[in-house]
Order: sequence, then C-alpha cells, then structure tokens
Amino acid sequence: MKTTDLIPVQQFCEHYNVEISFIDTLNEFGLIEIIHVETKPFIQPEQLKDIEKMIRLHYDLQINIEGIEAISHLLHRVNQLQEEIATLKNKTQFFDQDDDL
Amino acid sequence: MEFIDYYKVLEIEKNASIDDIKKAYRKLARKYHPDLNPNDESAKRKFQQINEANEVLSDPEKRKKYDQYGKDWQHAEEFEKARQQRGQQTYQESTGQTNYGFEQDDDFSEYFASMFGGKSGSGSRGQVKFRGQDFNAELKLNLLDVYKTHQQTLTVNGKNIRLTIPAGVEHGQTIKIAGYGGPGANGGPNGDLYITFSISNNTKFKREGNNLYTSVDVDLYTAVLGGELTVETIDGKVKLTVAPETQNGTKIKLKNKGFPIYKQEGQFGDLYITYNVKIPTNLSEKQKELFKELSKTN
Repeated sequence: MKTTDLIPVQQFCEHYNVEISFIDTLNEFGLIEIIHVETKPFIQPEQLKDIEKMIRLHYDLQINIEGIEAISHLLHRVNQLQEEIATLKNKTQFFDQDDDL
Repeated sequence: MEFIDYYKVLEIEKNASIDDIKKAYRKLARKYHPDLNPNDESAKRKFQQINEANEVLSDPEKRKKYDQYGKDWQHAEEFEKARQQRGQQTYQESTGQTNYGFEQDDDFSEYFASMFGGKSGSGSRGQVKFRGQDFNAELKLNLLDVYKTHQQTLTVNGKNIRLTIPAGVEHGQTIKIAGYGGPGANGGPNGDLYITFSISNNTKFKREGNNLYTSVDVDLYTAVLGGELTVETIDGKVKLTVAPETQNGTKIKLKNKGFPIYKQEGQFGDLYITYNVKIPTNLSEKQKELFKELSKTN
C-alpha cells in the first residue's frame, strides 16, 4: 500500500486542532478505521468528510461518542430510507406508464 | 432588512445570563444542526439564525449594542454612517471563527451585517480549515436524452459547469461533482456538487433498470400462420419473425436492444416485447363463413 494515499493521524489532528485520543476513540467505537503502516496510524481520505462531521458534533455540539455513534447509525438509516424512497418512486413511475402503453 | 429578535430566536428572556444563552444555543443547535438534518433547507436557515443570535448575545459588547439599538436598528445604521463619516473606526470583528463547512458570508442576515459589519464568531478550536458546503441540484431530462452520453452546461450558483452525462443514468440517481460546491472555510477545500437526475419518459418503452419493455400488435393471421413483423426499438426498426401459432401475451426478448448500462460502454440491457394479438373486426360475410368452417374442423 502506498502511504502517500493516506493521511497521518498526527498531521490530521494538528490540522483540525483535535486530540489524537478523539480519533482513537472513534476508531475504538468502529466509527472510523485507522490503518497502521509500519506502526504509524493513518486515516483514509474517503473518511475525511465523516470525521469532520464527527468533529463538529463533538466539539461544537458537545455530543459524546455514544451520541455520535447513535447519530451515525440513524443518519445511515435516513440515507438508506431516502434511497429506498427513490427506488420506490422509480417503480411507481414504471407502473404509472403502464396505462400509456 | 427585517429586524431579527435574537432573544426570540434563542427562545430566551431579555435578561438571560451568559449561561442561559449558552444552554439555549446548545439545545437549539443540536436540534437544527445541518449535520443532523441532511438536505433540510429550513433547518439550515434556522441554524444560521441561531448562530447569528448566539454570536451577538454571547459577546457582551455586541449584546450591549444590540440591546441599545436593536428595535430601532435603522438609527444604529445612521449612527454607524455618521461615525464612518467622522473617520472613526467601524466595528470590524477579527476574532476566531466557528465554521461548519457550509457557511458563506451571505448566509448571515443583512441585519447582522448592518449591525456588525459581516461575519464573525467565537470558536473553541480557533482557525480550522473546513470543506465548503455541498450543493444539491436537480437536472430534468427525457429518457432519450440519457440514451447516449452527452454534454450539458449547467449553471449552479452563477457558475457554468460543463457536465458529461453518461448514457444509462437512472431516474433518481445522484452523481457527485467534486469541488463544485461552496467554497471552503479558512482555506479548506470546496464542497461537492450533487446532481440528482429526474428523468421523464415520453417514449412507448417502459424502463426498468437497463431493460426496456413494450408491446406490439400482431394481426390474427400472422399470429396463427407465422410471418414477419417490423417493430420499433429505441434506436431504430428491426424485423422479427413471428412463429406460427403465437399466443396472445407471448413475450420475446431482444438481447442488447434495451437501455445502455451506466458507465459500461457498449453494454446494453434487453428489450422485452409482448405480442398483443388483435382479433379482426368488421368481418365480411365470406370471412365469417370461412371462420365457421374453420370452427367445424375442431
């Protein structure tokens, strides 16, 4: 694996001004995945958006990790339901066209 | 410019303490934070008002000014103008910022700008780089528009974006265009643009995924005796051989005559055709006789 594709946790924490322990805790709760390369911890760029969101929830809204875990789960469900709605709307459109044939 | 009662926004009394303000802000921010209300514009607006109210009321100097001129803010503006004319320093804030990755200067009310000269804030983490706001847009297209890959220019928030729309995009599908969202805060990257396709179908084909469905009429004689039939597919006509004794409702599949498969060049779904056998009407006497004769053979 190329380390250039990953973001060192240390650098991330300095940039966002958050404690490394916060990132470790997110990892312990399974909310993010830390990758170790030669014992150094890294995060994947695709996780940046989610981690930024969790930083805002924790530091700006004072939501603890358990709360973030519950919120992440619920937001995931909301996304799934929104996708399901879109699929069902597509199917409804399919049957609506039935009359035109 | 509308007067905004920051106390009402935070649902607190005029004599609320700093602690009360903090508590009220936290409570409302948790309720309306955009991260907790994805794609909810009204929650976003409410959150911006809450932020704005908190910024003013949690800063004793700003709160004093707001309390002094709040209801008669027009006078405050005149006062500010007079002060500027006298060459005195205006209120320009330079404190640290709280950024949520979606704020823009114009997200703050004109009222706020007139009172305090633009966006400012207080943050516990100082200057932090955040991604800009993600934008959502809907693009309405016809089914035939997405049969072939084509380019289209969109205008999103005043910016022209030349977009390649791949063939096979589905109704309700969302694509992400990285970096075309709102500008980042404090040097952070731009947000992304999410485009959701709304595809209307005014063709005689029904689409389900990559497959297309249609029905064609077959006259009774062709259905009974077999023959050739020319049918329209989405990209032209094809000649079909109808087998003798074809039943009404028979379905046939034309491989690769369906809709293009998204981002798989040269790959297509199938076209399903249902035969609709038409019984002849207005039969002549001779035809009726022949049918009678035919029925006797059974």
